[in-house]
Amino acid sequence: MKSLHRRVLSLGIALMVLAAALLVLGAGIGSTGFESVFAAHRDPVALQIVWDIRLPRTLGAWLAGALLGLAGAVAQGLFRNPLADPYLLGSASGASLGMAVALSMFGVSAASTQWVVRLGLTGAAFVGAVLGVLLTLVLARGVQQTLRLLLAGVIVGVVLGAAKDLITIASADILQAIQGFMLGSTGLVGWSACGVMGALGLVCLLAGWALAPLLDGLALGEATASSLGLPLGAMRAALVAVLALATGTAVAQTGLIAFVGLAAPHLVRSAVKTTHARLILLSTAMGGLLLMAADLLARWLIAPQELPVGVLTAVLGGSYLLWLMHRRSARGGL
Amino acid sequence: MNLLCRGSLALASAVLAVAAHAAVVTDERGVRVDLPQAPQRIVSLLPSLTESVCTLGACERLIGVDRYSNWPDAVRALPQLGGGIDPNVEAIVALKPDLVLLAKSSRATERLEALGLKVIVLEPKSHADVQRVLDVLGQVLGIGDAQRVWRAIDDSVSAAAEALPARARNKRVYFEVNSAPYAAGEVSFIGETLARLGAKNIVPASLGPFPKLNPEYVVRADPDLIMVGARSAQGLEQRPGWASIRAVREGRICRFKATESDVLVRPGPRMGEAAQLMAKCLRDKA
Repeated sequence: MKSLHRRVLSLGIALMVLAAALLVLGAGIGSTGFESVFAAHRDPVALQIVWDIRLPRTLGAWLAGALLGLAGAVAQGLFRNPLADPYLLGSASGASLGMAVALSMFGVSAASTQWVVRLGLTGAAFVGAVLGVLLTLVLARGVQQTLRLLLAGVIVGVVLGAAKDLITIASADILQAIQGFMLGSTGLVGWSACGVMGALGLVCLLAGWALAPLLDGLALGEATASSLGLPLGAMRAALVAVLALATGTAVAQTGLIAFVGLAAPHLVRSAVKTTHARLILLSTAMGGLLLMAADLLARWLIAPQELPVGVLTAVLGGSYLLWLMHRRSARGGL
Repeated sequence: MNLLCRGSLALASAVLAVAAHAAVVTDERGVRVDLPQAPQRIVSLLPSLTESVCTLGACERLIGVDRYSNWPDAVRALPQLGGGIDPNVEAIVALKPDLVLLAKSSRATERLEALGLKVIVLEPKSHADVQRVLDVLGQVLGIGDAQRVWRAIDDSVSAAAEALPARARNKRVYFEVNSAPYAAGEVSFIGETLARLGAKNIVPASLGPFPKLNPEYVVRADPDLIMVGARSAQGLEQRPGWASIRAVREGRICRFKATESDVLVRPGPRMGEAAQLMAKCLRDKA
């Protein structure tokens, strides 16, 4: 027990140290290299590039990844399904629908244009994500039945995704912008976005941590969970809220970044087996580190051009999980 | 001496005029952008805007473009700052532009403004838009006679139309933008040019500017002539049922090279040239 505790602690510390190292590295990677950092004290533009673009972007990548990692751990615990990912409750398709609606309303009339400009594309995506989850909850008639919730989430995802496609087909000129959103990018994250993600992330993390005993109970079956005397309905509703808020915030700021939410909890579990409270904390740090590393690679691989970061997370996270599965099956495990 | 004196006076007043140039323009978001001086370091992230700026004679004020801007040749030497969907914010800021020109659908608008850059959102979609955008750019750049460019486009389209023989008129044309297939309808700028050339578009205004068609629709409409980019023309004859279309049967298909397609699908100063290309197609194939 003692050694497990130590492993959890050392993994947590390693994740945070690595993230801090990458944050420093992130200040030096972009269209130019570290020379901008050294020039920052005399050149205001270099200072702006390092301070207002690279740092918030790197930190924003960590925060968005952390939100997704947190949401992934909550989703997998809540649905007792290792394939569950944060986009499961319709937030991803809701966000892309919100984006498509906003883009297609732009320029239709003066009033609609003003509405879009005021809300902003980020705001539209967030509203879409929240509405997507609410629709799922209405369809599932609450949060009591996990399977029903899961099914409703999948259906809402398909239907809203199709609605988004309909809008995109009707106005083909927004196709590219939507595609960019679907691929995900951390390139447009500024300090204000970091502030929003940081504040909401902290709320979600505290709530998730406090609600983790329910996830431990659920892992043993619904009957056991209710026999523990926990207020099952209220806690489950709160967990769904955490899931929706964390995912919606990340998606609105960075687009649909694939795989981080799915892979982060698995990577943590492959290192340590622990309670959900710790899993949530570690998965948050792991998701942040994953996306931050992917963001650095996306900027660095073909600099001064950039790769869409969502593509990289899928390639990297996916190949690592494949390797992990291969190694385990070679050993005769799962 | 007198001449020199007058010359320097003219120069001084010209400098004064530039210094005093102040424009307030309203862009397509409805945002009023205040430009106390004519911008000298411009980034354009839309090919049609790049072409418009250059045609207005301000090409040397461009310091960076998106990766799709490739005309005139002068802009190929400029730094490429990503595409419309994935602009490289850092590279744009590093160039210290005093104006960034962007399309409506770009997500970078808010971010660039937050970083303190002047942003104007313009996206021409029709002949009238092109005329209006040229006007706005003329004000922005401090160039008086922006309508000169529009008149040149207009004259070129008219000349192309007048030079067409009578047999090339009233042909029923299908213009395919890509093989999804998306078509250029009557209300698109391509359709407007086709109409002025006396062609009949098989895609009516009611379907919108660039509708995604059922391939069956084209078979039923049975166009006399098909205009298509060489890239999306691959296997066009083999599409189910298309062999029976009159244009396919009689080989009346114009395949435009990639460079020609660029001219055709950009609503900008080269619309006159586009009209000449379409007129040539009508003349040769119809």
